[in-house]
Amino acid sequence: MTATVTATEAPPGEQPNLGGRRRWGDKSFRLIALLSGLSVLAILALIAISTTKEAWPIFSHDAAEFFFSSTWAPNQGKFGSLAFVYGTLVTSVIALVFAVPLSIGIALFITEVAPRWLKRPIVSVLDLLAVVPSVVFGLWGILVLAEPIGNFYDNVASALSPIPILGQLFDQPASGRSFFTAGLILAIMIIPIITSLTREVFDTTPTAEKEAAYGLGATRWEMIRASVFSHSKGGVVGAVTLGLGRAMGETIAAALVIGSNPQITANLFAPGYSMPAVIANEFGESSGDWRAALIGLGVVLFILTIIVNLTARAIVSRSIRRTRGE
Amino acid sequence: MTTTLSAPPQLPPADLTPKRSGRSVRNLLATVLMGLAFVIVLIPLGFVLVTVVQKGWDAVTTAGWFTDDIPPVRRSGPGMGPAIVGTILTTGLATLMAVPLGILGAVYLHEYGKTGRLASILRFFADVMTGVPSIIMGLFIFTIWVVRFGVDGVNAFAGALALGCLMLPIVIRSTEEMLKLVPNDLREASLALGSSQSRTILGIVLPAALPGIVSGVLLAVARAAGETAPLLFTIGAATSINWNPFSGPNTALSVQIFSNAQQPFAGAQERAWGAALTLIAMTFILLVLSRIVAARFNPMKGR
Repeated sequence: MTATVTATEAPPGEQPNLGGRRRWGDKSFRLIALLSGLSVLAILALIAISTTKEAWPIFSHDAAEFFFSSTWAPNQGKFGSLAFVYGTLVTSVIALVFAVPLSIGIALFITEVAPRWLKRPIVSVLDLLAVVPSVVFGLWGILVLAEPIGNFYDNVASALSPIPILGQLFDQPASGRSFFTAGLILAIMIIPIITSLTREVFDTTPTAEKEAAYGLGATRWEMIRASVFSHSKGGVVGAVTLGLGRAMGETIAAALVIGSNPQITANLFAPGYSMPAVIANEFGESSGDWRAALIGLGVVLFILTIIVNLTARAIVSRSIRRTRGE
Repeated sequence: MTTTLSAPPQLPPADLTPKRSGRSVRNLLATVLMGLAFVIVLIPLGFVLVTVVQKGWDAVTTAGWFTDDIPPVRRSGPGMGPAIVGTILTTGLATLMAVPLGILGAVYLHEYGKTGRLASILRFFADVMTGVPSIIMGLFIFTIWVVRFGVDGVNAFAGALALGCLMLPIVIRSTEEMLKLVPNDLREASLALGSSQSRTILGIVLPAALPGIVSGVLLAVARAAGETAPLLFTIGAATSINWNPFSGPNTALSVQIFSNAQQPFAGAQERAWGAALTLIAMTFILLVLSRIVAARFNPMKGR
């Protein structure tokens, strides 16, 4: 700290000329850095303003229909967003159901079980998974996975049809492209991020707490439940929420495998549609109100993901503060 | 004394065997499930990679794949030159825009703002921005750029703007992590020698953190190169090579995969697999480079 004071104050006394120039350079560099940092706020604000402005025609003249109707018929001028919101939520929840247990399992495997030499290769594989472009998963989903998984759905649906609730959730498929397929692909895509975040959280468990559990004679699994889980509950919830945000916004893979049919149905094997997917698929051919409605869907998606992210960050920072306070 | 000491060690083995029934079985089961989780995730990853290599290999190894124009969807045969050029242009320009801005932003957060109120807010919103879906970035650039400039606005530069918005928060956060690793002694030594703070940052802190920053940037570039959604409405469509990013529509590997995947024609699908293999190869090279650079990065040593 003293170093900073002498560095900025000594030169003006000795060499006023150089010091003045230098101070000016110092200040302008600081200003440039500040402006670069502020660009984040500027971009976020611009996103909100410019997209809302373009979507305004649809918000202003038929907001009720846009938000509360599930009929999407561009050729009849009907733009209801509900089926897309439903599809986005359903596929994201399916993705979480598969991704969360797997991610927590992998994170525990890396932090608590795997020997040191095995940790780096596992992390590298997850990095690899994280950089495989989503469009490649989509391509694989539509051209390779869709057909066999459609047959699989057929078998599952006929097996489950007599059972009351399951029979309705897993009813006859139209093809391999459905809510469920989209959810599965999304799960693969959000596993790396949930794993890396939960791993960080698990890593913060104090060694003393782990050793205390072992000292009481706990097995590794008992230690994990007693020390690691109780210590990192908040962080894991935050990580899962961030994964939810990712799944909701994931566009291209969903656009290829979801089946492109805006409907609200309990049947998870039925084709559906999600907000980002319909924007990707229909934007190019749209115009006028249709285009405004698609941008409106973008605004809704933007707001939903911002809410999910804010919640996640709040949960994470609260849990960090609590563990620090203890 | 000796008898009492040697007696207890013989007890545990006798004690452990009956225990193995309940608790340790559950422990074993949990351990196996954890390992299994990793194997389950390996399966689709391996399946996807093997399929892409298998189906894309023939297309990629045909002469002219990297240079020829893209033929009409019904026709089979090679040619992804325009898309490769487009991917290089959009990702390259996005990197040129997002990286300096992101590094300077991180410098503000870690060197000037620190734990102050403004820096905390900026850090928070950079985190929030990483969660904004990539398609929103595409819509955003469409509404501020393409709507304003019309057909003239549809080019590789518009796509680069959208990708840049996507990269910016990633670069900021990864760079800040790297700045955190630079020991304070270096800053103090430089300031004590009379350098200004900007001199210290540009001459000491950033060079010390450079390998780490480069590694993070390469990872961000790899992510951006694979993105499709930000490009869909911003770069248009092209079937011949366009090296000019500021004029005329363009295309990219990801966009080609997306459109060809939906075609029923064998030739188009074959090109989709070829483009997927090319794109994956590009992103993996960036990932490996990032790993190599990161492995050499140790700010405590060397300097």
